[in-house]
Amino acid sequence: MEGDIAQLGQFIGAGLAGIGSGAAAIGVGHVAGNFLAGALRNPSAAAGQTATLFIGIAFAEALGIFSFLIALLLMFAV
Amino acid sequence: MASETQGAEAATGLPQLDITTFSNQIFWLLVSLVVIYFILSRVALPRIAAVLAERQGTITNDLAAAEDLKAKAVEAEEAYNKALADARAEAQKIIAETKAEIKADLDRANEEADAEIAERTAEGEKKLAEIRESAMESVREVAKDTAAEIVSAMGGKADGRSVTAAINARMKG
Amino acid sequence: MATEAHGAGEGGLAFHPMDQFLVKPLFGDGEVGMFTLTNATFWMALTILAIFALLVMGTSGRATIPSRMQSVAELAYDFVRKMVEDVAGKEALVFFPYIMTLFMFIVFANFLGLLPMAFTTTSHIAVTAVMAMMVFLTVTILGFVKNGPAFLSLFWVSSAPLALRPILAVIELISYFVRPVSHSIRLAGNMMAGHAVIKVFAGFSQVAMIAPLSILAVSAMYGLEVLVSFIQAYVFTILTCVYLKDALHPHH
Repeated sequence: MEGDIAQLGQFIGAGLAGIGSGAAAIGVGHVAGNFLAGALRNPSAAAGQTATLFIGIAFAEALGIFSFLIALLLMFAV
Repeated sequence: MASETQGAEAATGLPQLDITTFSNQIFWLLVSLVVIYFILSRVALPRIAAVLAERQGTITNDLAAAEDLKAKAVEAEEAYNKALADARAEAQKIIAETKAEIKADLDRANEEADAEIAERTAEGEKKLAEIRESAMESVREVAKDTAAEIVSAMGGKADGRSVTAAINARMKG
Repeated sequence: MATEAHGAGEGGLAFHPMDQFLVKPLFGDGEVGMFTLTNATFWMALTILAIFALLVMGTSGRATIPSRMQSVAELAYDFVRKMVEDVAGKEALVFFPYIMTLFMFIVFANFLGLLPMAFTTTSHIAVTAVMAMMVFLTVTILGFVKNGPAFLSLFWVSSAPLALRPILAVIELISYFVRPVSHSIRLAGNMMAGHAVIKVFAGFSQVAMIAPLSILAVSAMYGLEVLVSFIQAYVFTILTCVYLKDALHPHH
């Protein structure tokens, strides 16, 4: 593969954007972990809040997906 | 790099960003959504709603019927208990009656037996007195005769009256 | 295709993780026009058929004691209905067929996309963006029709200190307009990412040494993807309900 400074930048950028997925994973873990901690303290209230849990996870995960998308764009579209 | 080899036909390597296919996908998506919407709102959802409502109705009816049957069962149990109590009371009554009857019979029989015994006793005593009387008479006869014989044998002349008096006096002693 | 030239330069290991998302004509090899029958058309038609099979043929018995198919159909009905009622309120039940349509389409498109060699219609941003824009327009129009200008109080956070309210209003406004973007990209991105990762792992199985490991990884990812398929459909639907609630009751 012949050297091309633009390609180098693309791949480095894609790799950096991939870090965002890991950050989103931390966020999702926070949401789920805190939900579990709360649910174990007050199990009777947990059933009514699963919808909120999924909404929270979805919001946290969406940002990770954005970074994944940026990585893909750098890899294939730029 | 993808764009380099592909040329001008598609400026992007990511199929999702290939603008030329967007109109196609959007058109078929809208068609699909409209078809699904009509399938759901015209056929599927009313049908499922009807089935669920019907099931709810059936369950309510069944519950009411069960409630009815339960009331009936309670009623039957009450009736049974009442019948049992009645039968027990009846049995008690019959037992008491029978006991009284038997007691009356027994009393009567006792009385009868007592009376008979008394009669027999009286009869027996009378007979005994008769026998004793006759025996006394006989003894007196024999004693008079014997006394007269003895007096005559001893050379005397038996005075009937005095002998009898003597014997009577002797017998009484 | 582009990826063939790309794979040739990598010492034998050829990854084509994005090839599965190509929209191709079903017959022939021509251009993709607006009314061309493409693989997207085919898999959307299969989605319709699957929904028809479950919700119409499955309930054709109308049995009081349901068969298995009917139980599943009733489960789906109850699930979405309860979600709409719990999250958006009773007056949102008018939109129940609409939300049910979105949910059933997404869930079946996701699951059908998990079949090997399948094309995942919901992995395309064009598809999910149209659905998200439909929801966005419905919610915005409904909000203004129901509440009039009072719908704008959604952006005016009356519980915050007065000085902060203009700033918050700007933030709320931005987040409101980002909704359709995140709504669509979440679904498309999740489906695309999962399928691409599975393809990448499958590409590793070309090397005999790590093939068992890669097959194990593909199986694990597949299980995760089954879960994700359902959860993303659920999330899309429940967010629709949340937005609907905002339109019906903008005062929070």
